Amino acid sequence: MSYSSLPEDVLEHVFSFVQSDKDRNVISLVCKSWYEIERWCRRRIFVGNCYAVSPRMAIRRFPEVRSVELKGKPHFADFNLVPEGWGGYVYPWIRAMAGGYPWLEELKLKRMVVTDESLELIAKSLKNFKVLVLSSCEGFSTHGLAAIAADCKNLKELDLWESDVEDPSGNWLSKFPDTCTSLVSLNIACLGSEVSFSALERLVVRCPNLRTLRLNRAVPLEKLAHLLRQAPQLVELGTGTYSADLRPDIFSNLAGAFSGCKELKSLSGFWDVVPAYLPAVYSVCSGLTTLNLSYATIQSPDLIKLVSQCPKLQCLWVLDYIEDSGLEALAATCKDLRELRVFPSEPFGDEPNVSLTEQGLVLVSEGCPKLESVLYFCRRMSNDALVTIAKNRPSMIRFRLCIIDPQTPDYLTLEPLDVGFGAIVQHCKDLRRLSLSGLLTDRVFEYIGTYAKKLEMLSVAFAGESDLGLHHVLSGCDSLRKLEIMDCPFGDKALLANAAKLETMRSLWMSSCSVSFEACKLLGQKMPRLNVEVIDESGPPDSRPELPVKKLYIYRTVTGRRIDMPGFVWNVGEDSALRLS
Amino acid sequence: MSQDTTVDSPESSDGASLMSFDTELTLGLPGESRSPARAPAFAQGHKKNCTKRGFMETVIDLNLGTSHISMPRGQNSESRVSGTGKYPAAKAQVTGWPPVRSFRKKTLEGSSKLVKVAVDGAPYLRKVDLQIYSSYQDLFRALEEMFTCFTTRDYNMEERKLTGALNGREYVPTYEDKDDDWMLLGDVPWKMFVESCKRIRLMKSSEAVGLAPRTPTNC
Repeated sequence: MSYSSLPEDVLEHVFSFVQSDKDRNVISLVCKSWYEIERWCRRRIFVGNCYAVSPRMAIRRFPEVRSVELKGKPHFADFNLVPEGWGGYVYPWIRAMAGGYPWLEELKLKRMVVTDESLELIAKSLKNFKVLVLSSCEGFSTHGLAAIAADCKNLKELDLWESDVEDPSGNWLSKFPDTCTSLVSLNIACLGSEVSFSALERLVVRCPNLRTLRLNRAVPLEKLAHLLRQAPQLVELGTGTYSADLRPDIFSNLAGAFSGCKELKSLSGFWDVVPAYLPAVYSVCSGLTTLNLSYATIQSPDLIKLVSQCPKLQCLWVLDYIEDSGLEALAATCKDLRELRVFPSEPFGDEPNVSLTEQGLVLVSEGCPKLESVLYFCRRMSNDALVTIAKNRPSMIRFRLCIIDPQTPDYLTLEPLDVGFGAIVQHCKDLRRLSLSGLLTDRVFEYIGTYAKKLEMLSVAFAGESDLGLHHVLSGCDSLRKLEIMDCPFGDKALLANAAKLETMRSLWMSSCSVSFEACKLLGQKMPRLNVEVIDESGPPDSRPELPVKKLYIYRTVTGRRIDMPGFVWNVGEDSALRLS
Repeated sequence: MSQDTTVDSPESSDGASLMSFDTELTLGLPGESRSPARAPAFAQGHKKNCTKRGFMETVIDLNLGTSHISMPRGQNSESRVSGTGKYPAAKAQVTGWPPVRSFRKKTLEGSSKLVKVAVDGAPYLRKVDLQIYSSYQDLFRALEEMFTCFTTRDYNMEERKLTGALNGREYVPTYEDKDDDWMLLGDVPWKMFVESCKRIRLMKSSEAVGLAPRTPTNC
């Protein structure tokens, strides 16, 4: 019996076990009938660049989708490199989905501009809407949230991860009707102003399935105990401000409440931490797998006391106050650690303010056999340390190192850090994400192009010497999807020589490099399936063609130039000459 | 690891590349013309008209009064950075670097009050965040850990002196306040101190002549 003679519903049933997008895409390429069957039963789509495809096309091909994930602005928008008004508007998608996906249940957005109008449209049109995740989004206020609260009768998850929310007065939390008992996850940590505590409490009390609650800074510590006693089933908790007058009754109340939360696995929040209150969480430490202390300004001794009680810790985000000594303790205790992120407490200071060096990272790489994901800000590094880390942890998947001073050499030898990063890509064969820093020549890119065959995302700043560097990466990195570059001497040659490569990638960002306007035009004209966008806030880039373009964003697309470009973004395709000013 | 390779790509007929990558760019043998402390990329041979946005240009862009840079824009940057590859002292913020999310910056801003702490005779400064302590005792405990020549029991609250265990000399904890006056630690309520302190100096007793407690202007 051949596969093609299996009845459709059998095939559909089989396909339903295939969840990964990649595998689904492969299935759809087998033959026409599989393509048809597959597209009707795909329930989830991920669009990594909202401008790569139009909402209409997506809906036309996959008519029965229940979950949509979209990403908008390029990653470097996080660091203020993308001007306001650049784009990433979700409204056209929502308008299309209101008609095309009336049964949509989940919407996850990252780095998009979401208006209150968009949120109101969701609330009005999507009757079965359950999950809204707005990660690093902006453009909306609590008015929009009020509409979601009031009208989404089956809401399970509302997650505002690090979004920028306007807070006009208005008590949106109380817009959740009394009949709403379905909440499983609520993350309002990013909200700047107070929410009504009584509304919050009532909501928590009537939602027995609530497992994730991330409060905002405005929720006082004195009230946290009360909330916890209403929701002892919580698995993930983000505290509000973690500061109060030192009073034994507050402390014992808090400690008692925490000890009642037997399921707690994840803690975050801890703004304005008063160290004396930290022991209140000790009773839950033995079960913690995730700890986000990246807003907690506490010193190493207190951090050590905390971390030493968390043997099951898998993910730690912390400020560099932890210092090498704290990382040593981490390495000794947390043998299950998979992910470590160390953020800078003073990124713009001139001198080191903490005793955190490459040693801390080396110790963790030695002590934590499962370590696979690292984000590390520090002020000095050596090739030796990087080679040691690479040899210790060949299973590393994400490695992002930020040496704060640009072009800092190996502090022991004063050499570039090419060899160190070279060791990382050579030993860590499954490396998917890499961020470079320090003094780097073209050589590091040669290593990357040669060894980093699984690398999907590369971030580069102040590195390299010539186009050869960029050429190595574009010609060698077989799995590359996203490349973002700032302040490197890369120019036209490498870009034009690897034009076809760009169609195999999601996007390329280059700012303050040496790419000429002519090269951009050529690329735009010859590659119709790429949008070559030049960002220049000081005027039309073709008016000063002798200067390199300031910011360049190239991405593949099947829909041609976008229609929502602001005045400072130019699509330099064939009709760039016809562009109206 | 690297061999003497030349990089060559096929002509552009198949659209794979829009220009050939010439053999003039070659990888060298290891050890060949690679000096350890090389000048930074900016200063290496670029096209003449390359206006590489370097640190200097950004400083000009930001119109910083502190910079004594007088080179015009648009010129090749050979002269502007020294061979060590380090940025000059007048530091300014380069947009996008270091890559810290503005969300994170905003949240940490205003939540810390960092002051330098100097100890007479100690070779280095430390910085402390006054906002993480809730009392003078807390602060001194932290200072003890940082400058390990003291122990808290050496702190004599009455006479407001710290005795250095190492050399037996006494240290007087002082701070510079908003009005640039040097004051004794402990005179004003803790919160007022945090607000007005600009930096701290543990002064040798022998030098702390003439420091008198300040009468608080508003009680």
